[in-house]
Amino acid sequence: MIIHHPILGPRDAQEFVYLGDAALMNRPDGMTAGIEEFHDWLYNRDNPAGEHQELWYHEQGDRSWLVVTRNTVTHEITKVELARDVARSKGRSK
Amino acid sequence: MTQSNRISGGQIDRSKTLRFTFDGITYQGHPGDTLASALLANGVRLMGRSFKYHRPRGPLTSGSEEPNALVELRTGGRQEPNTRATVAELFDGLTANSQNRWPSLRFDAMGVNDRLSTFFAAGFYYKTFMWPKTFWEKLYEPIIRRAAGLGSVTREEDPDEYDKGFLHCDLLVIGAGPTGLMAALTAGRSGKRVILADEDFRMGGRLNAETHAVGGQAGADWAAGVVAELASMPNVRLMTRTTVIGAFDHGVYGAVERVSDHLPTPAPGKPRQVLWRIYSGRAILAGGATERPIAFENNDRPGIMLAGALRAYANRWGVKVGERVAVFTNNDDGLRTADDLRAKGVEVVAVIDSRQGEEVIDTSGRLGLKSITVRDGKGRTREIAVEALGVSGGWNPNVNIHSHHRSRPVYDPTIAAFVPGAEGPPGLLVAGAASGALSTHAALRTGRDAAVEALGLTGAAELPEAEDAPVRVKALWHVNHGKGRAWVDQQNDVTVKDVKLAKQENFTSVEHLKRYTTLGMATDQGKTSNVIGLAIMAELTGRSIPETGTTIYRPPYTPVAMGALAGRSRGKEFKPFRLTPSHHWAAEQGAVFVEVGMWLRTQWVPKAGETEWRQSVDREVLATRKSVGICDVTTLGKIDIQGTDAGAFLDRVYANTFSSLAVGKCRYGLMLREDGIVFDDGTTARMGENEYVMTTTTANAVTVFRHLEYCRQVLWPDMDVQLISTTEAWAQFSVAGPNARKLLQKVVDQDISDAAFPYMGAGNITVCGGMRARLFRISFSGELAYEIAVPTRYGDALLREMLARGAEFDPIVYGTEALGVMRIEKGHVAGGELNGQSTALNMGLGKMVSKKKDSIGMVLSQREGLVDPDGYRLVGVKPVDANGRISAGSHLLEKGAAVVAANDGGWLTSKVYSPHIGCDIALGYLKAGDRKIGQRMRAVNLLIGQDTEVEIVSPHFFDPEGERLRG
Amino acid sequence: MAELQAMTALGARQAAVAVVGPVTITERFDVALASVAARRGRMAELEGAAKAAGVPLPEAARYTGGTPYSAFWVAPEMWFVEAPHATHELIADQLKAAVGNAASVTEQTDAWVVFDLAAPDLAPLMERLCNVDFPAAPDGFASRTVIEHMGCYLIRHGRGQVRIYGARSSAQSLLHALEVAAAAAW
Repeated sequence: MIIHHPILGPRDAQEFVYLGDAALMNRPDGMTAGIEEFHDWLYNRDNPAGEHQELWYHEQGDRSWLVVTRNTVTHEITKVELARDVARSKGRSK
Repeated sequence: MTQSNRISGGQIDRSKTLRFTFDGITYQGHPGDTLASALLANGVRLMGRSFKYHRPRGPLTSGSEEPNALVELRTGGRQEPNTRATVAELFDGLTANSQNRWPSLRFDAMGVNDRLSTFFAAGFYYKTFMWPKTFWEKLYEPIIRRAAGLGSVTREEDPDEYDKGFLHCDLLVIGAGPTGLMAALTAGRSGKRVILADEDFRMGGRLNAETHAVGGQAGADWAAGVVAELASMPNVRLMTRTTVIGAFDHGVYGAVERVSDHLPTPAPGKPRQVLWRIYSGRAILAGGATERPIAFENNDRPGIMLAGALRAYANRWGVKVGERVAVFTNNDDGLRTADDLRAKGVEVVAVIDSRQGEEVIDTSGRLGLKSITVRDGKGRTREIAVEALGVSGGWNPNVNIHSHHRSRPVYDPTIAAFVPGAEGPPGLLVAGAASGALSTHAALRTGRDAAVEALGLTGAAELPEAEDAPVRVKALWHVNHGKGRAWVDQQNDVTVKDVKLAKQENFTSVEHLKRYTTLGMATDQGKTSNVIGLAIMAELTGRSIPETGTTIYRPPYTPVAMGALAGRSRGKEFKPFRLTPSHHWAAEQGAVFVEVGMWLRTQWVPKAGETEWRQSVDREVLATRKSVGICDVTTLGKIDIQGTDAGAFLDRVYANTFSSLAVGKCRYGLMLREDGIVFDDGTTARMGENEYVMTTTTANAVTVFRHLEYCRQVLWPDMDVQLISTTEAWAQFSVAGPNARKLLQKVVDQDISDAAFPYMGAGNITVCGGMRARLFRISFSGELAYEIAVPTRYGDALLREMLARGAEFDPIVYGTEALGVMRIEKGHVAGGELNGQSTALNMGLGKMVSKKKDSIGMVLSQREGLVDPDGYRLVGVKPVDANGRISAGSHLLEKGAAVVAANDGGWLTSKVYSPHIGCDIALGYLKAGDRKIGQRMRAVNLLIGQDTEVEIVSPHFFDPEGERLRG
Repeated sequence: MAELQAMTALGARQAAVAVVGPVTITERFDVALASVAARRGRMAELEGAAKAAGVPLPEAARYTGGTPYSAFWVAPEMWFVEAPHATHELIADQLKAAVGNAASVTEQTDAWVVFDLAAPDLAPLMERLCNVDFPAAPDGFASRTVIEHMGCYLIRHGRGQVRIYGARSSAQSLLHALEVAAAAAW
C-alpha cells in the first residue's frame, strides 16, 4: 500500500506502524472519567467493512502520527492527515 | 549425439554449440534453446513421470504454463526441483535429471500406480486412509509421499545470493509481445518512465513463434527492431527474464528477475535472482494468452502437445517434434500449425477439425506417441501412425494479474474463453490477447491505445500492418468417448472421470471441485486445465459456464523460489547486528556474546582456566559484590525529553510523578499501558529545568519512543515537548560494588563523594581531564553503583581507562548473566516479570501508581479484576534444601496438592543460581503471595520432571534495607 | 581536550574507505551532528536565531549546505545540523547558545555512522538498497529510509554523491549491506 503523507507525499506502507481506530485519540480525562468510560473507549470500537479512520505512525520516516481514511474492503485511501491537526480540531490540547 | 530433429530456421545461434546432460546422457544444443527445445531437437520426447500415476510425459507447451516437463536442474546445493524444461534456458554444461521415477525414467517401478488407477481417483486418499487414525502419520503418509510427488529438494545450502530491489516508473508494461512492445514504444516515445518486463529471455512473445509479417517484415524482426529502439531510450528499462508475479495495492507490483539462471553459476558478487518491488503510476497487462488443450483418452503421451507449441518449436527453435505429425483443433489457429509445419517440410499426415465432426478419441504408444485413433462425423474410426500431435482447444487470455484483487473474469462465448472482468487493480489496463483481442493487429492497436489512455497522451503512433484474422472457434472441452482416462490437469493427474466423480459426490462449486480433485492446485496453477475442468463441470450440472465461474486467482503468477523471497536475510545475515561500545574490548578478551534483539551483548567474560559458564558468572557476581564490576549498559534505550512541559508530560506517561523531581536527581519510573498493565520501566533523570533523560528497557526502546510520540502528537498535541533518541549517542557503563566510587574517582574530574553526589544523583561531569560525560548514581545490582556515560566514540577508551586506573581494586567486567543474577538477588523486575500481563500491584509496586494525577493506565489499573487482594504478587522462591533445583516456568503448588491446573498457585518468572546465597533462587508470581511469605510450597515442572519443596520469601534476597547502595 | 582516544563506529582509529566497482564508500568520522527542534510556538524565534547564526533550516525532505553549518529536515519543526567535528565537537552547546530557549538541542554526533558514497551514477546501487525514487529525487533531497532492515537518513548531494547516516551500532552491518549491493549492482 502507498500512503500519501501530507508532508512527504507517497510513501510505502512498509515504513509505517499501524495502531488502530483513530477513535483512540478521544481519550477521556483520567481525573474526571471513571473505569466504565475508559473501558468503553479502550475496548468497544466499530470494525467497519468500508471507510475507516485509523492511526498510522511513520516510524521509518518523519515520526508523524497520521490519521488515514482507508476503505477496509478495497484498501482505497481517500484522506491522510497529521494526527496532531486532527487532535487539535477535536479540541485536544494539553 | 546429433540433433536429429533440428530443422531450418529459428532464433538460435547455430554458430555455437552447447553441451548439456539429461539423466546422465550428453546432448548438444545452441544458444537460444530451452532445455525442452534442445531435448526435442535431439529426439527426446520423454522428460518426466506424472505426479500420481507415474505416466510417461513430455512437454505439453513451450512456455511457463508447462505442467509436465518438470526436471531437477543443476546438482549439489544449486539443485532446483520442478524446473520447467520449457523455460529453462540452455547453457553450456547444464545438468538436468528427470524426477519422480525409480529406477529410471524409461522403466519406473511406480508405474504400477497407472494400472491401479481405479484406486487413485479423486477423493481416494480422503476415503481410504481414514482408519485407523494412527496409521496416517506412521504408515500411509510416508508411503504416499514416496510414491507421489515432484522433484526432490537438495539437503545442501544454496550457495547463491538473492537480492531485493525497488523500481519506480510512470508505466509498467507486463509482457513484451506485440501488445507490450507497442504499448512500451508509444509510452517510451512520449518521454515517460517505462518499465517493460517479460518472463522470456527474448522479447517479442508470440511474434517469435509465428510466421506472420508485421509492418512488412517478419514479426520477430519487427519485434527486434522495436526492442532496439526501446533500448536506446534512457527513460525505458527493458527487463527480460523478469516475471511480474503479482499485483498489490496502489500500483505496487512484484517481479522476479532471473539474473543468473541462464548461467552455470552467477558471476562473482551477482545474485541468482532479484525480487523487485515496482512502484508504478499506471500499468498495462499485456500478458498474452495461453492455449488450451482438449481432453480425450490418453491425451497425455509424450509427443502430444499444444498446436501453438508445436509450431513455436518449429518456427522459433527450428525443431520438429516428430517425422509424422497430426493436428487436432476446434479453431482456425490450430490450422496455422499445419501450414507452418508443412512450410518447414514436416509431413502433416492429418488435420482433425472438430468443427468438421472429426475427433481424436484415443492414442497409443507407451513411452511416446505412436498413433492416434480418429472418429469421423459418421462414427467411423481410423488409426493414424504419428509421432506428434498438435492440439488446440482455443486460447485463454492470461487474466491472472488482473484478477489478483479478486476481479472475476467474464466468459466471452465468441472466443470460448474468459476475459478480464470489471474492477481489476486500480490503474491497471489490459490489452492484447490478455484482454481477448487475439489477432496481431488487435494486439498492436490495443497496446498502443492502452498506453495513450494510461498516460493521457495526445496523438498516437501509426500502427504497422499485421494480420487481423477473426477468431473462429467452436468450443470443445472434451471428447465423449469410451471409458478410458482423458486428462484435464496433467500435472496433478486429474481426469474427466475425476470431475465426474466430484459432480456425483456433489462437489459442484468450482472451489469444491478444485479441492476435491486437486484440479489446478499443482505448481502450474492450472494454467492449461482450469477452464476445461470448470467447463466440464458446467456441462455435467447443466449450468452455463458463466454460472459455474472460475476459482480465485492469487499471486504468484509462476512459482517463486524461497530464496528470492528471503533475499539476503538468511543465515548470519538474517538481521543486522548492533554492537556495543565495549564490543571490541570484549572480543579481545574472548567474551561470550548473546543476542538481545539485534544487539550482541557480552554474556560473560571467561578467564583462563574457566571451563564452564557458571564459573565465570559466579566469579563476576562475587567480584562485583566484593569490590567492583563494570557492565556495558549502552543498550538500554535513552530518550532526551525537553520542553517547558517535559515534567508534566512525564507525569502523564509514567504512573508516578516526575514534575517534582529536583534538577540533578533521577528516579525509577513505571510506565503503564492504558489497560493498566505495566509497559516498561527505567530511571529518568532531570538534567535541567526543562530537560530530562529517560531510560527504557533494551527490548522496549523503540516501542516506548513510538508511544511517547503518540502521547505528544495525538493525546496532548499542545504540550511543549521535544523528543529524540540518544541511545547510540552515549556509551554507558554501570560501575557497581563497594569500590565503585573509588574506581570512578580515578577517572571523574569532579568530587563524587556521597555528600557531593548522593544516592539517585545525576549530572553532567567531565572525565579524564575534560571529556564531557554524564553520571547517574543508580543501582540495578543492589550495590553502591553508578552509570557513567561518554560520547560513544570514547566508550572503548573509557572502559580501558577505568580498568587500568582502578587496577588496585581488581575490577572485572561482567555480562548479562551476572547482571541477571544480581538483579534477581535484589528483586528487581525485568523481562520475565514485565510479561505484558502484570500490573504494578502484581509486582509489589502498586503504591507507585499516583491517583492524584491523570496518567496512562491509571484509571484502568483500578479495575476490579486487577486489584484483587488474592491476585498474583511478586515473591522470592528458594529451595528448602540448598541442593534442590528449581526452574523458570515451574508452577507453584501447595504441598500434597494434585498437579492439575485447578491447583496452580503461580509460576516462577526468572531463576538463577546465587553464589551469594549459595542456592538456586527465583522470582515468581504467586496468588496472594504477599501473605504467603515464609510458607513452604512445591515448584513443579512436569516438562523436566522437577518437583522441589520451596520456601516463599521476600523478593529482596540481598540487602533488603538498601544500605549498600546508599553507602 | 582529554586523554581518551576516539574509536570509529567500525572499531578503528581511522575512518574506513571501501571501493567496490565504480563506488567509493568513505566513512566520515569528522562530522559533528545535533538535533534542533523548535519549542512549541517559537518557530519564528528559532528561524531568526538560526539565520543570525548561519544555521540553515531547510523545508521538508530537504538538505541545505553551508559553512560551517549544514542541515537537513528530519521531522516537522526539527532538523539535524552538521558541522566539522574538529571545530564543532561541542556542536550542541554551540547551537544552544545560538538558539537559546527557542529550540531543544541534543547532541547526536555519536548516535550515527556516516558513509559518503561516490560513483558516476549511484542509481543502480540505490535501487537495490531502499525504496527512494533516487533518479527522480532532486539534489538536496533528504529522507529517512530503510536499508536492509536498518533505519537510515539518505541525503542526495548529486546523482553520484550520496550521504547515508545509519545507526552507529550497526555500522558493520550497514557497510556490509552497501558493499554487497554495490558488488551486485554493476
